[in-house]
Amino acid sequence: MSLLRADGVTKRFGATLALDALDLEIAEGEFFALLGGSGSGKSTLLRIIAGFEAPDAGRLLLDGRDIAAVPPWARPFNMMFQSYALFPHMSVADNVAYGLRRAGVNRAEAARRVAATLAMVGLEGFGARRPHQLSGGQRQRVALARSLVMRPRLLLLDEPLGALDAALRERTGFELRALQRETGAAFVMVTHDQEEALALADRVALLDGGRVAQVGAPRAIYERPASRFAARFLGAANVLEGRALAGTFESAEAGVTFAGTIPEGTVAVALRPERIAVTAGAEGPNTALGVVEDVAFRGDDSLLLVRLTGGALLRVAHAEEDGAPPPRGAAIGLAWEAGDVVALPA
Amino acid sequence: MKARLAVLAPAWAWLLLFVAAPAGILAAIAFAEADPGIPPFRLALSGIGFATLAEDTYYLEAFGTALRVAGITAGLCLLLGYPMAMAIARARPGRRVLLLALLMLPFWTGFLLRVGAWIGLLRDQGWINGVLLALGMTEAPLHLLYTEGAMLAGMVHAYLPFAVLPLFAALVRLDPTLVEAAEDLGARPAVAFLTVTLPVTAPAAAAAFLLVFIPAAGEFVIPELMGPPEAQLVGRVLWQEFFQNRDWPVAAALAVVLLVLLLAPIRLFQRLEARP
Repeated sequence: MSLLRADGVTKRFGATLALDALDLEIAEGEFFALLGGSGSGKSTLLRIIAGFEAPDAGRLLLDGRDIAAVPPWARPFNMMFQSYALFPHMSVADNVAYGLRRAGVNRAEAARRVAATLAMVGLEGFGARRPHQLSGGQRQRVALARSLVMRPRLLLLDEPLGALDAALRERTGFELRALQRETGAAFVMVTHDQEEALALADRVALLDGGRVAQVGAPRAIYERPASRFAARFLGAANVLEGRALAGTFESAEAGVTFAGTIPEGTVAVALRPERIAVTAGAEGPNTALGVVEDVAFRGDDSLLLVRLTGGALLRVAHAEEDGAPPPRGAAIGLAWEAGDVVALPA
Repeated sequence: MKARLAVLAPAWAWLLLFVAAPAGILAAIAFAEADPGIPPFRLALSGIGFATLAEDTYYLEAFGTALRVAGITAGLCLLLGYPMAMAIARARPGRRVLLLALLMLPFWTGFLLRVGAWIGLLRDQGWINGVLLALGMTEAPLHLLYTEGAMLAGMVHAYLPFAVLPLFAALVRLDPTLVEAAEDLGARPAVAFLTVTLPVTAPAAAAAFLLVFIPAAGEFVIPELMGPPEAQLVGRVLWQEFFQNRDWPVAAALAVVLLVLLLAPIRLFQRLEARP
């Protein structure tokens, strides 16, 4: 069931169009990621949902009712800010109790809920501390607790893992998902990190230029990008320009013919680095010849940069179990399955 | 070490010559005996000036009035200064410079000129009464000048920038997401101001209060030129003792006591300023 719907939401800042008639639907209890680069409009959308910005046009519907005119303090959403925005003059417990006090919850009940929520985020016994006495990870949990204690129907998270170091990121990511399942609230996360979005979210909306470029389950949009932009943004696929020709795709820059299910109007194809095999020679469609320009060892595989005869540079992941990767300067053949060629209509 | 000394020497010389020495002379006069000659005192350790202050409640009242007027002035400056500082802090950076310049503009005109302008506005034949009479809103001119209200208006006008500047500095540094977080958690703007903006900027507010209170407590010119005759602030009494009664020991004792009274707020102000 749809919880929140954006319907043609448009927002301008001076001459820049931050959101361009954007449509989006967020379901009850799902973990939703707004993924995009800077200037994609993802943060503006989050601020419009929270009520800090008003859309210039379009509607924002909660349970089918337009809430564009509802101020932030009256919306059943809460936000975890990227900077955490903890109140520096209050203890951790007072920070978490802030929203409950505004809602008129009595002291005893508020104290009970604050303690339970702090326990939920793993901060028992930290209630008396001040924000400046906490580590970055602990502050993040206080910010999370301060939002979650309100039992929002929708929790907005602005780059929730952005300020954490790499080791803490993965653990916190899993904890966020666990909290989301536990509370049953819908989580809407803004991130510029495609790995984070794919790992955490049930559904991802890829934003580009104030519009939704593609929306879907992480695996679906990862495997079937709908455009060159999506293919490049979601995990560094090879994108090769060319033209469709009677069911095949001719790429002059690669000097390669791609065969597969290539519809008319295909403008480019995407090919994942891990779907390309290194062979001795090349023969027919879905093969190529090239020279290894560089090799980077990545642990479970090596990334090869292969200059094709047509001039294009192809990224190829060479798995460790296939033996030692070809050395720099080696002339190699490449091959892939027809089913791994993703035709891009835009 | 030598370089350090060379840099600090002028500052120390200045302090010694223009702060420590006059303060020492003042203290010496405060303890001296009054004398009809020239100069009108005889050096001694009599303490008669202080004894006079203690005996006559007139002086005690002068201190009370001065502290009360300074407190009201500082309070009014805070009340007016907060919205002004918030407006300046929220303005676009280019506009901010303009607004700050407008705030400082009166400072660049002569102090007495500004007091003169107030007198021109407020006196019985002044601009305000002229307009009221012309519009028929009053039969006889209102008595505006030489009232406590006129005195407070002049004081607030003179000291308002001292309050606005520290408040502006604190408000412009205040993370705007703190207020957004408060509103997101259900606080209306007024509640967010009282529970977040005000407490977070409280040290700056205290500094602003003291920055007005400390000089206002010794103010002489505005009460003298705009205040009611009965508003005997310590600054006015000091002037009268010095120039009219020629009782230098009492005048000096008044100055010393005022300085001691203001040491506590000055120390408090320094502590607030030293906070990170």
